[in-house]
Amino acid sequence: MTSLVAAPPRKHSRPRKFTVGRGLAWAYLVGVLFVTIFPFYWILRTALSNNYALSAHPAALLPAGFTWGPFQRVLGLATTEQSIAEGGSGASIEIGHYLLNSVVYATVSTVLIVFCSTLAAYAFARLHWRGRDFMFGLFLTALMVPGILTLLPNFVLIVFCSTLAAYAFARLHWRGRDFMFGLFLTALMVPGILTLLPNFVLIKELGLLNSFAGMILPGALFSAFNIFFLRQFMLGLSTETEEAALLDGAGRLRVLFGITLPMTSGPIITLSILGFIGMWNDYFWPLLVTSDESVQPLTLALAVFKQSSPQAQPDWAGLMAATLVAAMPMLLLFMVFGRRIVNSIGFSGIK
Amino acid sequence: MAVLESTAREQRAARPAKRRRRNARQSLNANSPAHRGDGKLAWVLIAPALVGFLVFAAYPTLRGIYLSFTDFKVLSPPEWIGFDNYVQLAHDEVFWSALGVTVYFVVLSVSISLVVSVATAAVLHRLTSSTVIRGLIILPFLISAVVAGTVWSWMLDTQLGVVNIVIKALGGDGVQFLTSRSWAIPSIALISVWKQMGYTAIIIFAGLQTIPPTIYEAGRVDGASELKMFRRLTLPLLRPILALVIVLNIIGAFQVFDIVQVATKGGPANASNVLQMYIYSKAFGQFDFGYAAAMSLSLFAVLIVITFLQMRLLRASESDTNQ
Repeated sequence: MTSLVAAPPRKHSRPRKFTVGRGLAWAYLVGVLFVTIFPFYWILRTALSNNYALSAHPAALLPAGFTWGPFQRVLGLATTEQSIAEGGSGASIEIGHYLLNSVVYATVSTVLIVFCSTLAAYAFARLHWRGRDFMFGLFLTALMVPGILTLLPNFVLIVFCSTLAAYAFARLHWRGRDFMFGLFLTALMVPGILTLLPNFVLIKELGLLNSFAGMILPGALFSAFNIFFLRQFMLGLSTETEEAALLDGAGRLRVLFGITLPMTSGPIITLSILGFIGMWNDYFWPLLVTSDESVQPLTLALAVFKQSSPQAQPDWAGLMAATLVAAMPMLLLFMVFGRRIVNSIGFSGIK
Repeated sequence: MAVLESTAREQRAARPAKRRRRNARQSLNANSPAHRGDGKLAWVLIAPALVGFLVFAAYPTLRGIYLSFTDFKVLSPPEWIGFDNYVQLAHDEVFWSALGVTVYFVVLSVSISLVVSVATAAVLHRLTSSTVIRGLIILPFLISAVVAGTVWSWMLDTQLGVVNIVIKALGGDGVQFLTSRSWAIPSIALISVWKQMGYTAIIIFAGLQTIPPTIYEAGRVDGASELKMFRRLTLPLLRPILALVIVLNIIGAFQVFDIVQVATKGGPANASNVLQMYIYSKAFGQFDFGYAAAMSLSLFAVLIVITFLQMRLLRASESDTNQ
């Protein structure tokens, strides 16, 4: 096995002569890529167009009646007359303000949840205390509770299935195994709305509607998946350095923050990226708990902007400009961390 | 996702962990100085997570079940009414139509997405290992469903949408993608496939990479064509992952909401009023939380049935690969 691994990286695409089949396969791939990417180009093209020119030349491949107007409208830089002159609704969406809300929501949530998870993971991986195994089991059962699942992508489910289920269900033989496995999977499928509604009621009772606290809290403290993921990683790390530091008289907390955390930075970054993507794109939970513009994130503003176009013909150019601004942080994240994102989805964070 | 790979890794990681834990228990009994005081610190470290778990996961789940047996209009306290909500549900035509619409959406989006993503993963696997191409394929996964819904409602617009312009240029009749009853759900399914396909393809691609290339070489020596190898080798070996992907896609599809909310708002005339949408409008349009909770639980019950059917698929594939 090791010799196989040591062999040069396997390439299936070793140069071979061109065949009809390969040609068709390439054609298919190009087609898929085109359909995948074209909408992004169309956003840009529309966002730089004048609405009246758009109606006249809907098929133009380049921006129709090139203008920065839509972006100015969206960013609140255009006067009402200017915007109406370009076929806007006269309403601007003050995207900067919503952008800020999104940044606060996604950043604070991500930082909090990763931080809390790291602390807990350390307690489960390195400390010895009464009731630890029980608590860990309890937390894991929460993987089956769906509220958190709406905050992280499907990713959670996949890794959950491959890790937990793998050991108990693939290696052990026990009565009722298939039944339990089904039960586990079904529990993961509890519709998110089952916890979201009661959580909404709770947030309302706490008087936290229309506040960042109400938006952030339910998803910021506890993620069974994050804890599980980080604990597994820490268990795989050698403890020698940490033990040496402890012998030298360093406190537990110092070891945690000085040694263990830096060594765990890889998975922490992976979890942060995936968490941030999830929070940034989150629509349903903020929709439930916020009705006030002062805290609404961008996804909500965008949906409202789309629905509230007063004219018969929506301000498509403005909408696309807003869309682009909303998607931009994710696209930037992608440019910086693209390889990491692809690998973390494909390989569940294998480094 | 490399189920197999990560499984093996977990097992390797778990075994020493178990041994360590056993040792730890002994040293705990012996009150070893190295771990004295661990308990207190541990409770401090898990305190935030524990609070989050109790308050925002465990409690709401139980409460959701309780609320489904009550008449609860948010403003007045819940009132126990037994199974009345469920009886009402059984006679609610909109609910049954929403369920039908949702199932229609699930079948369409999951089957299309599966075919396209398996084909894409297989083609990627045989043609190129470029991370850039895989990155581009996954791009739609990174943007929110709201953005995806907005962009596609522009591209599918009846008059100015580029898709209709192309269709007309090719000599076809314009299609009312999002505004006609017959096209609303298929259009939403296509948008959702566009958004989700790359993600699924990358997972399947990772699964493909766990298949040893020697198998294909043996197949080629035997004179098998690429298509035949795909049918006889790739698909069977991929079945466990495919089964898992199908389960996950179905779970996700049953809870579709964002795209529908942006693209059609459930219209025209309930043609795309999916279950999650109906639950939302019951809870936040009419403030009938008890009824909405009952519907959530019913959706859960539907998913239970589907999962147990899926389990057979999973188990079948297990015995296949073991032989």
